[in-house]
This record gives sequence, C-alpha cells and structure tokens, in this order.
Amino acid sequence: MTQTQLMVTGEQKLRRLSAPAPQRRAGESSAARRFGRIVGYAALGVFAIGLLAPFAWMLLSSLKSANEVFSVPVVWWPETFVWQNYIDIWAKADMLTWIRNTLLLAVVVTFLQVLTGSFAAYGFSRIRFPGRDVLFLAYIGTIAVPWQSYMIPQFILLSNLKVSNTLWAIILIQAFGAFGVFLMKQYYETIPEELSEAARLDGLSEYGIWRRIMVPLSVPAIASLTLLTFVNTWNDYLGPLIYLRNPDLWTIQLGLKSFVSNLFDTNYALLFAGLCISVVPIAIIFMLGQKYFVEGIATSGMKG
Amino acid sequence: MTATVTPDDRTTTLPRRRSALRRRNTLIGWSFILPNFAGFAAFTLVPVVILFYMAFTNWNIFGKADWVGLANFQRLLGDGSFRNAFWNTIYYSVMHIPLTIVVSLGLALLLNNKLRGVAFFRTAAFFPYITSIVAIAVVWNLLFSPDYGPINALLRFIGIENPPGWLTSKDWAMPAVVIVSTWRDMGYYMILFLAGLQTIPPELHEAARVDGANIWQRFVNVTLPSLRPTMFFVTVMLTINSLKVFDLILVMTDGGPGQATMVLSQFIYRKGFEESQFGYASAAAVALFFLCIIVTIAQFLWNKRRSV
Repeated sequence: MTQTQLMVTGEQKLRRLSAPAPQRRAGESSAARRFGRIVGYAALGVFAIGLLAPFAWMLLSSLKSANEVFSVPVVWWPETFVWQNYIDIWAKADMLTWIRNTLLLAVVVTFLQVLTGSFAAYGFSRIRFPGRDVLFLAYIGTIAVPWQSYMIPQFILLSNLKVSNTLWAIILIQAFGAFGVFLMKQYYETIPEELSEAARLDGLSEYGIWRRIMVPLSVPAIASLTLLTFVNTWNDYLGPLIYLRNPDLWTIQLGLKSFVSNLFDTNYALLFAGLCISVVPIAIIFMLGQKYFVEGIATSGMKG
Repeated sequence: MTATVTPDDRTTTLPRRRSALRRRNTLIGWSFILPNFAGFAAFTLVPVVILFYMAFTNWNIFGKADWVGLANFQRLLGDGSFRNAFWNTIYYSVMHIPLTIVVSLGLALLLNNKLRGVAFFRTAAFFPYITSIVAIAVVWNLLFSPDYGPINALLRFIGIENPPGWLTSKDWAMPAVVIVSTWRDMGYYMILFLAGLQTIPPELHEAARVDGANIWQRFVNVTLPSLRPTMFFVTVMLTINSLKVFDLILVMTDGGPGQATMVLSQFIYRKGFEESQFGYASAAAVALFFLCIIVTIAQFLWNKRRSV
C-alpha cells in the first residue's frame, strides 16, 4: 500500500463521522415519516435555542451600553450598538499582556505535547522491550487520578524548583500529559506494521521511520492533538490561578476573572466585549479544524 | 522471551545476538519514551507519591512536617465542612451524570437522523465545550440573576410567580450549576454517542422493524445494547469528571451561598492554598483520589461481570 492510499483511508475514516446516517428504507408510511420529521425539526429548534442563546446574549450584551445590561425589564436587543466597548476594553484592561501570555503558553505547551507525545507513542506502539506495558499502564492509570488530588504536592515541588509564579510552571505541568501519548498511540496502531518493516529493511533507523513514515501518516491525529491541547491551554483557569500570581504573567482567563471581581462598578458591557475577544480565536480555530477535533475525541474516547 | 518483532531476529537464532538485540531495543524504546516520561514522572508521578506522604504529616506554610499518623484522617471524619463537601460532590454527581447521559444521548439520536442543518448542529453542539469556564460562568451568572436575568424574566412571562433565586438560593444553586455543566458537557459526550451509534449496523434495525418492533422497542432492544461499550466509557469519564468538579463551581459560586455548592476539590483548594494546611488538605486529596479510583474499579468490575 502506498502512502497516498493510506492517507486516503485515513481521510475516509475521518469522514465517517461527518457523513449523514444511512437513508431510511421506504417501509414506513409517508404520513408517519412527515410527522417524524416535524418532531425532529421541533426538537432541533429547541436544542438550538438552548445551545446558542447564551452566546447570543453574550454577543448582544457586549454591544450594549453599561446600564442596559442590568435593566428591568430585560433588554434583549441593544438600543444602539456600542462598538466603542471593543475599543475601550483594550485601554481599561491589560488585554494585550494577557493575550500575549496566553498565546505563548498555548503555543509552547502544544508544541511540546505533540512532539514528545508522538515520539513516546512510537516507543509504546512499535518497539518491544521489557517493562513497556507496565509503563503504559502507569500512563493510562493517571487518567483516573484527578489533578485536583495532587495539585498541592505538585505546587510545593515546583515552588522548591523556583518556577512557581513563572510561565514555566504552566508549561511543565501541562506539556507532558498522558493524553497526548494515548491519542497518538491509538492512531499509530492503525498504521500497518509492514510499512515500518519495509523501511527497516531499506536501512532506515527507528528514528528515521518515526520522522519519515509515522509523522507524515499521522497528520490527522497530530491535528487533533494540536487543536485539543491548544484549546485546553487557552481556556485553562485553575493552573494559572494557582501558579501565576504576578499580574504581568496573567493569562486571558485570569485577567477577565479579575476584571469581574476587582472593579466594584464593573462595566459588564465592557466585560462582555472582553469575553467575546477571548472566545473568538478559539471559535475560529475550532471551525477551521472541527473535523480533526471531533475525530480526536471520538477515537481517544472509543478505545479507552 | 521471543516477543521481539524486529525482522533481524528471524534471521538469527543465536541467544547472544538476541539478548544484544533486546538490549538495543530497550535502549531505543526508552530513548523514544524518555522526553515525555521525564516530564510526566517529575510533575505527575512524583507529586502523587509525595501526596501520600504529606497526608500523614502536619505540613504547613512554614515547611515543618511532623509525622502525625492518621490524625488528619480522624480530623476529616469529624469535620462538618468536609462531610458537607463530600455530600455536595455526591449530590452534584447524582444529578449531573444521568442528566448528561440522557441529554447527550438524545442529541446524538436526533443528530444521527437525516435532517437539514444536522451538520451545523454537530459543530455548534461543541461550542460550549470549547468556551472558557470564565466566559461561561459570567454569562450564566447573569442569565440566572434573580431580578435582572433573562431566565427568570422568561419564567415570569410563562406565568411562574416566584421563580427560584438560582445562585443566590441555597436550594437552587446546585441545580443551577448542574444545568450549566450539563449544557457545557453535552456536546462532548454527544460526539462519543454519535460515534457509537454509527457503529451499529443498519441491518439490526431493519430486522427489528420487520419483526414489528416499534421505535421505542427498537431503541431499548437494539440501540441501547449495541451502545454498551460507549455507555460504559461515557459513564466512567462522567463519573470521574463529576467527582473532581471544581473550576466551574469556583468561578460561578465560589462554593456559596454559604457552603451550598462547596465540593471536595474546593475543600482541598481552600485548606491547601488559602489556609496553607498542606498536610490536612492532602488527607482530603487522598480521600478524593481513592473515591475516584474505587468508583472506577467498581465500574470496570461491574462491566466485566455483565459482559460475561
């Protein structure tokens, strides 16, 4: 099987989830089917409102004037669109620093997670050596261990290493997760062993096989892992809350939270503008790569 | 041991060559795993080990750690706010797990149909899951606001005289948190169910239909049994995630009003990071650790027994 053929099968596997369900046979009466469709669309409508209303509320509120957010009766649609909120927020809050920190963390953590994760996954899925399976079990076992239970010793450890209250702390605790190894290993197991065997006979070293064969063939899995890690790091609140005390180091989540609690007469319209700014990059990234995103969750989930 | 798979060992049967090969494999294997494992061991495994030591000491802010045996655990048993946090965690889980399963399975069934706009909704259902906790908490806090909030405005509009005070009420704060976390998680679990649904061969449904099974009978006798592996995985994940629930509650209610939404994770956080009683907090963390592990193992055993 050539590389391109393999890529195609990979693509098909991905498309499976987004493909529509198989067509119903024409066994049922058309009245019953029409009734079913109406019920379906009604349910879809209710679901859409429940799902999207909070986002609509956030978006609309970000364009309201300060006292419109809390008016009685509730104002749904802003009287005039206050686009100024989106300009003022940059001056009223240190958005630029927050975004810079968050972006830096997300990029470094994602890079390290994908690199070390796929590297380790190759060791776990393609090379046999004593102790390997026990080691992998230790990785998987930690998925059932909540981070909340060991966050205190972890904090003490990192404080003793003098990295707490630096961005390094977040990088160190998040870049080496078991999840990345697990997700990449699941994907590597689907790549036929014969490919690496052939490469081995041609004299490629194990590192060469990883770089020249496994990495190019596992692009979908790498995309999934990249997206999931990036979004998780961008949205993380607890890690930064515990480790980043200095306001210069705050991430966007910490910054916006402080914006809520620090100002007595918080201008909520302004806050909502900030929230929208923090959500939009993630939404765009998600839209661009949603296929990989969904597939990553489905594969890592199904084989757990 | 003949488990080595590299092609070289088919060409040679000499034991010495083989043990050299094994050593080489071990070295190469470790060299692949080490970059990740070093970080994983240092910042995950080591803290877990330290946790078990700390739980038996009175480690505090001054770094003084005397061995106190089981004293921390005895104190936990008598600590009313720990017991409260424990029962709140259970209360949250008991509401959140079934609700999320029902909602996300319902959604998956709905979106598994050939309806217009289904592709869009599969994407949109994910929005809450990728939105940050802070944004979710701020928005829902306002939506739930008893006097200014759209939710209560809506409830009054449909004729409910005294809508609940939601996050300001001791009785309604937890249900409100459960609603928000279900709203947030449903897209994630919906994807898992959807993937499970698509592995069910359509012939099974067809056969049941021919046998005269109605839509409910087909759901109970075809869909649910076929979804058992997915259901198992979803339940395990949901349970762990419910028992360790924290950030949403921290940002939405900070455990309040009073201690109405205080959960185990937050108890640990308060004792550890706010009151600097590291030893005592670690004992509570050990309790959470074992709660998660025991429940997971129990679910695995139960699943095994049922699949025999």
